[in-house]
Amino acid sequence: MTIVTTAAPPESPGKGVEVRVGPASEAIPTPLLFLGRALRTLWSNRKARVGLCIIGFDILIAICAPLIAPHSPTATTFTPYSGPTATNWFGTTGNGQDVFSQMIYGSRITLLVGLAAGALATLVAVTIGLVAGYRPGAVDEVLSFITNLALVIPALPLMIILAAYLQGRSIWTIVLVVAFTSWATGARVIRSQATTLRSREYVTAAVFSGERLFRIVFREILPNMTSLVAASFFGAATAAILAEASLEFLGLGNPSTVSWGTILYFAQQQNALLTGQWLLVFAPGLAIALLAVSFTLVNFGVDALSNPRLREKS
Amino acid sequence: MRYRYLRRKVVLFVITLWAALTLNFLLPRLMPGSPVDAALGKLAAAGVPITNAERTAIEIQLGVPHGNLIAQYWQYLTGIAHFNFGVSYSFPNETVAQAIGSAAPWTLVLVGSTTIFAFIIGTLLGVYAGWRRGKGADSVITVGATFFAGFPPFWLGLLALYWLSFKLGWFPIKGGYSPGLTPSLSLSFLADAFKHSILPALALAITSLSGWVFGMRNNMINTLGEDYVTFAEANGLRTRTVALLYAARNALLPNVTAFGLSLGAIVGGAVLVEGVFGYPGLGNLLYIAVSNHDYPLMQALFLVITVSMLVAIFIVDLLYVRLDPRVGE
Repeated sequence: MTIVTTAAPPESPGKGVEVRVGPASEAIPTPLLFLGRALRTLWSNRKARVGLCIIGFDILIAICAPLIAPHSPTATTFTPYSGPTATNWFGTTGNGQDVFSQMIYGSRITLLVGLAAGALATLVAVTIGLVAGYRPGAVDEVLSFITNLALVIPALPLMIILAAYLQGRSIWTIVLVVAFTSWATGARVIRSQATTLRSREYVTAAVFSGERLFRIVFREILPNMTSLVAASFFGAATAAILAEASLEFLGLGNPSTVSWGTILYFAQQQNALLTGQWLLVFAPGLAIALLAVSFTLVNFGVDALSNPRLREKS
Repeated sequence: MRYRYLRRKVVLFVITLWAALTLNFLLPRLMPGSPVDAALGKLAAAGVPITNAERTAIEIQLGVPHGNLIAQYWQYLTGIAHFNFGVSYSFPNETVAQAIGSAAPWTLVLVGSTTIFAFIIGTLLGVYAGWRRGKGADSVITVGATFFAGFPPFWLGLLALYWLSFKLGWFPIKGGYSPGLTPSLSLSFLADAFKHSILPALALAITSLSGWVFGMRNNMINTLGEDYVTFAEANGLRTRTVALLYAARNALLPNVTAFGLSLGAIVGGAVLVEGVFGYPGLGNLLYIAVSNHDYPLMQALFLVITVSMLVAIFIVDLLYVRLDPRVGE
């Protein structure tokens, strides 16, 4: 296991200097530079590297979908219920649509839902977690109670109920529903970290120097839990991808959009397994699983950043 | 004081229960659109004569204002206390309570045995992976668990159904027991039901292993760094003794608290897995309710699932005091 961790000395000073958290790189607080540094640090973890590759590959497919897909994903011009052929690599649906093209275009919706719901859930988690952690007493009690309530209520049944009631379905409905039900884990972790950071000297110093609450929470405390925020993002994104697939499989998504979940839904509705078209079930499920796994893999890298005990030994 | 800990847990349980009941009450009332007409249409289509009383019952259930909100809330709570969840329109001959009552035991057995199975296997794998950290076995276990955690359980179920049941004929294709049998506690029926439960249980267990594996592996790694473990090693105790009796015992504690929460994930997975297998449990019922827009049944199922989760977590909390006397202090 030859893994170069962040602690290892950089091979060439010009290349590795930004990987290390040093005064030189801290002087340029541009978000893009920060993101680049975070990506490079993650890249040094083998599991995270595999995850980043899969995500990058999916994003590439999603962006270049019109170039890659041989046919339109919605055109119903092919022989229905056909197995894999030279024109339809993965076969066709019962409506005569090309499944391979649907798989290519489907990556767009799945990625969008995963990333958007993950980001939204993280935003809620960070806000609630930070406020609860920094404001002990009644505010903390109430927010912690809400967080614990959201944790114990089974997420998928709640999502199913919400999605069943919300009729005007677009993918944003799914994004909202998933975000609404998957912020709690992150909020709890961030709250407990904020509680310990609250009593640090530099925070006390900031309070005494008269900084406003907003600035203290977001400029002093938040930057010290970047890895927790990232972890809660990737965790929520994983949950979002699986939840989206489940809701769409139940027919609670928008059946007129093409996503991996709706391919599964139509495959089940048209009894693809009974007609022997197992590829219609296998391909979208595997794609969903791979994307979900890749987010988890990236999270390994994030975990290792925050807990040196979990770091892979070089 | 242990007494204070228990009292706090009981109070929290009661408040959480109340909040969940209230959430269930508010959800349909906050949602746009009126499902009542859809509901009445379904009932009429099923040939159920709609009396005024029936209409009122459905309207109350679905949140059409009858009196002020407080009066509705009171009606809702008394209805629950009497297990009166109204009529389902997926099953015109049964009340919602009857439909749930006959489905609950199936899910209880399926989810219960799956959770215990996943807990034992996952924890053992986690102990081993943590102990052999960085070695080949650790990589195989963690990578394997990661991959299975990404699989949607219903998808794994579909594939197993196709290859193991449909193609190879090793397992029955649908349902919780063979058609023609009447549910009883006879040995032949139980054997038949067991055969039907293997695939759904496996699909659920495999996809829920990872939580236990990672929780236990991380706890092990942290525990192995403790002084008492180093001391035990220095005393020349056998490796297995140190791993299991010194490190694993203490690493297990945080995992027990995760027990209740993991139940939620398994119950969620069970909804779709039962739907895929046509397994006659609560999940399948929810699957049917969703496809039929059966709002009363949906609402009642959500309530039953949530309340059982809360009770399960409460019981785990109570048992935890016995496992770790420190929490009471």
